[in-house]
Amino acid sequence: MLAHEFMRNALVAGSAVGIACGLVGYFLVLRAQVFAGDALSHVAFTGALAAAALGIDLKIGLFAATILGGLAMGALGDRARADDVVIGTLFAWVLGLGVLFLSIFTTSGSGSGDNGAAGVRVLFGSIFGLSTRDVWTSIVLAAAAVAVLAAVARPLLYASIDATVAAAQGVPVRALGLVFLGVVGLVAGEATQAIGALLLLGLLAAPAGAAQLLTARPYAGPVLSAALALASVWIGLTLSYVFPTLPPSTMVISSAVAIYACALVVAGRSRILLRLRPMILA
Amino acid sequence: MLDASVFTGVSWNPVEDVRALFAYPFMVHALEAGTAVAVMAGVIGWFMVLRRQTFAGHTLSVTAFTGASAAGLAGVPVTVGYFGVCGLGALALAAASGPRRSLSSESAATGSVGALALALGFLFVSLYHGILNGLDSLLFGTFLGITSGQVATLVAVAAVSVVVVGIAARPLLFASVDPDVAEARGVPVRLLGLAFLLVLGLSVAETSQITGALLVFALLVTPAATAQQITARPLAGVVLSVAIALVVTWVGLALAYFSIYPVGFYVTTISFALYALTRLMRALT
Repeated sequence: MLAHEFMRNALVAGSAVGIACGLVGYFLVLRAQVFAGDALSHVAFTGALAAAALGIDLKIGLFAATILGGLAMGALGDRARADDVVIGTLFAWVLGLGVLFLSIFTTSGSGSGDNGAAGVRVLFGSIFGLSTRDVWTSIVLAAAAVAVLAAVARPLLYASIDATVAAAQGVPVRALGLVFLGVVGLVAGEATQAIGALLLLGLLAAPAGAAQLLTARPYAGPVLSAALALASVWIGLTLSYVFPTLPPSTMVISSAVAIYACALVVAGRSRILLRLRPMILA
Repeated sequence: MLDASVFTGVSWNPVEDVRALFAYPFMVHALEAGTAVAVMAGVIGWFMVLRRQTFAGHTLSVTAFTGASAAGLAGVPVTVGYFGVCGLGALALAAASGPRRSLSSESAATGSVGALALALGFLFVSLYHGILNGLDSLLFGTFLGITSGQVATLVAVAAVSVVVVGIAARPLLFASVDPDVAEARGVPVRLLGLAFLLVLGLSVAETSQITGALLVFALLVTPAATAQQITARPLAGVVLSVAIALVVTWVGLALAYFSIYPVGFYVTTISFALYALTRLMRALT
């Protein structure tokens, strides 16, 4: 499996994306902002297709759109937490714009069927088509996202768990929320290239949800979440390599959700055991 | 972008243009279907926005895509796939959001359900080769090729769910505004929540046949959010929400008919412009 260059590229880039998504996702779930992450993934779609329609590099449109989208959502909501209804209306429109760019791009193209496939690639990713340069970009971006998160981890955790008390103690809650959504935008843009704009939500939500079920300790949580995301990327890519008819992004997300389901079962059982223990001891 | 080549076949004579709209059966079907969908989306969407269940609505709309692609793969009518899978999705969401769940674990569960549904949908599409062009219309909607049989189904489903919500309107409103007090007064809050999610699933399945799975929001959330900006009175709000959804659908379909761009773009843009306008007017007054 490792003899193929495309497979090595996919594994390395996928690992970088997985670690970044797992870490960011943990805070996203903790702050109950999964919907904002979902909205950013749709913004990524529009950004990439706008760049395609204008004929500039897809990556520029992608990252500009997701990072600006993250900051805009932070600015719109009070205390840098956007309201669900505002997010919903805004991203319905952004997605509508994406459709417009898709149709401009597909009709203005030189008539080849290739342009239509570009939309599908943005939506569902193309991890087996990454070049060595793409891999380096994704490693650098993931490292940047992880470094920023690590730098603000302590105050961010405080602000996420109890925003009012944190603000009273002088923690810059609003600025932290903005920085955080900017990092989410960066990671969303990166993950779009690997697993697609529509599916990156799974890698943000499922491993983080599983980690929160399994541990309540603040520093073990993000690490566990990143490890679970990494595991789902590896399992998914291996499955897709062994069974070539199964698309890689589907297998990555299915593995992540399967891990989440296992965590639900494990957490449920331990909760029942905890409840039964006094009865057994008595 | 708005040059002459975008709008083809427009005579710029209103009477002529409206007659041209009704000249072809496919367009009449599209307008009939769009009307049924808009009425339903306006009513259900108002309650959805009130209950802050926009994320659940979005997740259900994503399962609509899975349903359609699964139906395509299995060779059964697309309508069956839409309604079947959306019903299942509503049950899954109701199971995932128990009464004693925290907000964060609920949003993780909703997000996971949605991502899995999309992943499976993509799997079905790629197993069923040759639907690549159909993928765009599943996700972003099309108004071409709606049959009179489909219109009849859409009207029937819309009527049933509007009547169901109409009967349950009073307790549902109570349970949505203040669930704790409603429960203390003996309103079956949990049962109402489950029933509403099922109706929402139906509504999303129906809406996505016009707007596509990803743009359901344009008809479900935006008109309702606009109406709630304008009035807080329940009945007036629902009527206003339906009216906005109707106007948006009709204008969107007409623009899409005369131009080369997809209906999803017009519907989302018009409804968002209305929302932004009301927000702006509220901020100014």
